Amino acid sequence: MKNRTVEQFLGFLILRICIGFVILALAIILFDIFKKGAGVISWEFLSAMPRKGMTEGGIFPAIVGTFFVTIITAILSIPLGMGCAIYLNEYANKGKITRLIRMSIRNLSGVPSIVYGLFGVVLFVQLMRLDTSILSAGLTLGLMTLPWTITASEEALKNVPQSYRDGALAVGATKWQAIRTNVLPYAIPGMLTGTILGLSRAAGETAPILFTGAAFYLPFLPKSLSDQFMALPYHLYIMATQHHAIEKVRPIAYGTALVLIVLIFCMNLFAILARYKLRKVKVE
Amino acid sequence: MSIVIDKKMETDRHNQNGTMAHINDNNIKISVEKFSFYYESTHALKNINIKVKQNTVTGIIGPSGCGKSTFLRCFNRMNDTIPGIRYEGAIYIDGNNIFDKDLDVVDLRRNVGMVFQKSNPFPKSIFENVAYGLKINGIKDKSFITAKVEKSLHNAALWEEVKDRLSQSAFSLSGGQQQRLCIARALAVEPEILLLDEPASALDPIATAKVEELIHELKKKYTIIIVTHNMQQAARISDYTAFFMLGELIEYDITNKIFTKPSKKITEDYITGRFG
Repeated sequence: MKNRTVEQFLGFLILRICIGFVILALAIILFDIFKKGAGVISWEFLSAMPRKGMTEGGIFPAIVGTFFVTIITAILSIPLGMGCAIYLNEYANKGKITRLIRMSIRNLSGVPSIVYGLFGVVLFVQLMRLDTSILSAGLTLGLMTLPWTITASEEALKNVPQSYRDGALAVGATKWQAIRTNVLPYAIPGMLTGTILGLSRAAGETAPILFTGAAFYLPFLPKSLSDQFMALPYHLYIMATQHHAIEKVRPIAYGTALVLIVLIFCMNLFAILARYKLRKVKVE
Repeated sequence: MSIVIDKKMETDRHNQNGTMAHINDNNIKISVEKFSFYYESTHALKNINIKVKQNTVTGIIGPSGCGKSTFLRCFNRMNDTIPGIRYEGAIYIDGNNIFDKDLDVVDLRRNVGMVFQKSNPFPKSIFENVAYGLKINGIKDKSFITAKVEKSLHNAALWEEVKDRLSQSAFSLSGGQQQRLCIARALAVEPEILLLDEPASALDPIATAKVEELIHELKKKYTIIIVTHNMQQAARISDYTAFFMLGELIEYDITNKIFTKPSKKITEDYITGRFG
């Protein structure tokens, strides 16, 4: 009896240490960035152009660039991803080929982002002649996000009980009607959450946009989707490793990191709120 | 109710399944002929022959896994959603084979309503649950829908309990009420046949009694086939009873006869509780 109690105590202790370790690491990172970055944040930092070889001024073009690239990413990956998920989960025959396709998609989500970057250069920049631009970078990120969107959306569809589909079919609904009126409304919160999480990951990526459109330094805003742009993660990379006066711009790098983290945190928060809100509507 | 048992037909045609109640051809609503059902390599239903008369309740009994639910789901082709299935033979409803290539399965399902074992209200309001079938079948007239919902809830003996809370979630209802709501949802699209798959298996005795009473009432308008685990229930509510075992129809006859003088030993053993 005694032994078992000790064993349980030790077991839980190890689990507590695990979770404590993870929280600690996260807290240190966040604390460090907040401490060093918060000082630089000002209205000017958020709204001004970089000046004097990026040693002064703000990061406005990088915020704008990331914003538009993320929108392009969303436009590509949301409809395409949801569509694929609906087809795979609701229509595709449950055979070997479907399993193979699904497995390939899962594997694609493990492909390193730099590989997507290279693929984007070949497909969008060169083959489709979109040049290095917001469009090329957004589409590349969109491709990268697709496996996540598809997988998350499929999980959301799987969570809708089969009895909703059967019940609809049994009163004379077509398969599409059953899906549209009795499956999608209950799957969309989950689909949306997964998709937004995927987008927030894409917004923080550097490698895929490195070759496809992100610029080192642009003292003006992009005028159209075929222009190059500055982006927060790439800007951070430059400020941290490539700048000629690294020590001098370190605070700007921390400020950029903080803005990026807050931005992504907001997107994730929005995803959670959206799900919470939509789920509430569903139950009522 | 006069039933003519035609001895000659019995020996002529359907003897493979042992004795059957042969009903004269008047008012035959459903006729199952040499029907087999395969799931991948499993021969789940073997050469079934049954005739079902209009405005009667037919009970399907048998031990678990005998294929009774699968059989029920053939009448509205709900099994179509399962990959790897195959049918043989025919099921005629009003003389039309439901496996005919030209038949629209959506029309079939509107005509053959189904209530599932586990009540499955949709996460919508009580009103929307009943109106669902009407709306997806393209009915837009609001006053028509409202009238139809009320009538269906009346017919499902639920109206008095929910008339003041139609806009509340269907999940706010008790288990028995939810099952009657599902019956109302099935009735709203005006089917002629109603399939009930152990509709009372998850209900307490009082709710069960209400559903049984309802079935008795519904028989006046609909032809009902009910799968049940509960033999007393089959004896109470059905006019005819079919006993299935291992995918075969062992015996099919007037309920009274099945429960008092079954012609097969195995039926008797099952009914008296010696196995199953």
